[in-house]
Amino acid sequence: MQSSPQPQVKPRKTGKWWNDPKIRGIFYQVLAALAVAGFLWYITNNALTNMEKRGITTGFDFLSQPAGFGILQSLIDYTEADTYGRTFLVGLLNTVLVSVVGIFFATILGFIMGIARLSHNWLISKIATAYVEIFRNVPLLLQIFFWYFAVLQALPGARNSIEIGGSAFLSVRGLYIPRPVTEDGFGWVIAAFIAAIVLVIAYVKWDHKRQQETGQILPVFWPSVAMLIGLPLIVYWLAGSPMHWDYPELKRFNFAGGIRIIPEFMALLVALVIYTGTYIAETVRSGIEAISHGQTEAALALGLNNSQRLRLIIVPQAMRVIIPPLTNQYLNLTKNSSLATAIGYPDLVSVFAGTTLNQTGQAVEIILMTMAVYLTLSLTTSAFMNWYNKRIALVER
Amino acid sequence: MTTFTPKPDLPPPPNTVGVVGWVRANLFNSVPNIIMTFVGLYVIWLAAYWIIDWGILKADFVGDKASDCSREGACWVFIQAWFDRFIYGFFPDEEIWRVNVVFVLAGILLAALIIEAVPHKGKIALFSLIGFPIIAFFLLHGGWFGLETVETEKWGGLMLTLVLAVVGIVASFPIGIAFALGRRSNMPIIRSISIVYIEFWRGVPLITVLFMASVMLPLFMTEGTDLNKLIRAMIGITLFQGAYMAEVVRGGLQAIPKGQYEAADALGLSYWQKMGLIILPQALKLMIPGIVNTFIALFKDTSLVLIIGLFDLLSIVQSALTNPDWPGFATEGYLFAGFVFWTFCFGMSRYSQRLEAKLNTSHR
Repeated sequence: MQSSPQPQVKPRKTGKWWNDPKIRGIFYQVLAALAVAGFLWYITNNALTNMEKRGITTGFDFLSQPAGFGILQSLIDYTEADTYGRTFLVGLLNTVLVSVVGIFFATILGFIMGIARLSHNWLISKIATAYVEIFRNVPLLLQIFFWYFAVLQALPGARNSIEIGGSAFLSVRGLYIPRPVTEDGFGWVIAAFIAAIVLVIAYVKWDHKRQQETGQILPVFWPSVAMLIGLPLIVYWLAGSPMHWDYPELKRFNFAGGIRIIPEFMALLVALVIYTGTYIAETVRSGIEAISHGQTEAALALGLNNSQRLRLIIVPQAMRVIIPPLTNQYLNLTKNSSLATAIGYPDLVSVFAGTTLNQTGQAVEIILMTMAVYLTLSLTTSAFMNWYNKRIALVER
Repeated sequence: MTTFTPKPDLPPPPNTVGVVGWVRANLFNSVPNIIMTFVGLYVIWLAAYWIIDWGILKADFVGDKASDCSREGACWVFIQAWFDRFIYGFFPDEEIWRVNVVFVLAGILLAALIIEAVPHKGKIALFSLIGFPIIAFFLLHGGWFGLETVETEKWGGLMLTLVLAVVGIVASFPIGIAFALGRRSNMPIIRSISIVYIEFWRGVPLITVLFMASVMLPLFMTEGTDLNKLIRAMIGITLFQGAYMAEVVRGGLQAIPKGQYEAADALGLSYWQKMGLIILPQALKLMIPGIVNTFIALFKDTSLVLIIGLFDLLSIVQSALTNPDWPGFATEGYLFAGFVFWTFCFGMSRYSQRLEAKLNTSHR
């Protein structure tokens, strides 16, 4: 039987063209784009008119003008004769300094407290819980003020400063610690340290290969530590101890020599570490709790010992859960370091969006530059996170 | 034949049950644990000793000036003397009842929303979102019905903190919904605009946003428009918070199974019907813990308005500390402010955790 040819179905045109979702979509998008463009044009126009009326200059020429104000702490050479552009750099470096040091200590504190919360010791886990619940629920700014005004400003003056271990001094002017001064030949010690790192990597690779072939395992951790510390020490001794300490000494009114850590930095650092530590502790705890107990049991069934179980089974899986929120916390710490301006630690916001803005009055350029710094940082971080998440995502069937 | 009569079970060894057993199992079961237990006890003893000795035994509770304190312990007289300023800011003394009425009204509404037995949750929520802010504004600001006008410059203390946080969260909610829908839209331009908005505000610290609101916002206005400091701060906070809210709403939208979207499409509902009748009502329930968490963050962040010269709770405490008649009460002042903030935040986080647990079970 021959089938009759199917009648060609012509797409029926129903309704009007303005009901077509495609056309509507384009219409709405054009509308939205026009609205945004119009809004931007409106505020730019207003800003330009207003600035002209108030006699504010525009453009980035101010960056090359002399700043004329001092900055409390600077990692690079800076004097009052330097430019506003230089103040941007000084502020940025101070922000980086407090963020990096803060991230380092907050990670340590957070991991200790997060693991302590899961401790079988009831008392320890309750102390860790109390720490998290107390410090997480109090505003960071209040904590910064507390450490700065109630603790550090209440310290004795330089003459009666508190001595720590005979070589560090804590007073209302800050913490003075000895400064290491390197002499000729210290380069050898650094070279020895790098050589030790290379050796450790080679040793671990060789040990791994040997384990694959023979099934025997050599100790890795302690030999590595011995190499990393021992080799530079031997070279240091051979080179004739090419380093000495510059101790702070009390002169008439203040200390001379050593490194001075300003109280603003300490207060900001302590508050940031304690505050962010609570969030990291929660991240770590939930990461470890996310691994089902079956994993531990399976590891035990395979005959892995305690450290192998942690190193090979638990930690790699926990890290996958922990790292994305952890990166977020690092980013938050960096953004929160901008609260420095409240106690006068010379960070980017305090120096550049504070003093420089007040002196030049070029609010738009300066605020946008400051925002751009933080924005770059956070977009880079989230791009990295996306890449990392894709790389470690569980590949399921 | 003798029948076998089992002996009664021996009781468990006395050192494995009861208090002793618990202590042995939880605190003294290995050498490291014994050491940690003693370290922990020492830490607790230090803290408890300081709190009781400094805060209660050696503290002064009565008096009305700084010299009434012996200064050996805490001086709670300082808090008593400044209490009204800390809570109400510079609100005129005879008008304080208006703030109290708003506080009580807010408390009743909140209780009605949290306690499950209270019926008509939807209507109450609608009233708290629309009716209550209007009533609160007229009561606080005055100028109507014979109430004396209290300029916003006189607002301060805990009251201002709460006003900023509540306005921030309520006003940012519609912004959040709009940008969350935009970010999940199929239209590329709308989606990009939403992504740029959200990522921009989430990428910068609130402090720069507040700086921007206080120095750049006046430049963006047409000449002659003059916004006061409080409104500028509110605009900054709302724009900033809108981005965070958008992410919370997006989380809620993503949690709704795809079948719901498809079912709504199959019924021939339009986009707005689909969102308004099917998706958002379901997603809203899932968003509440996220909203409470953002609210906690915002509540803590409102303390930053100190930097642009508004007198919130922390800022008033800070200015009381610089008062020459009351020198050196920093610890007491910060502990008080910290305690107030902590009570609110801890209470809210507990509520959000309870809610999360409740929502979790119903979805498994």
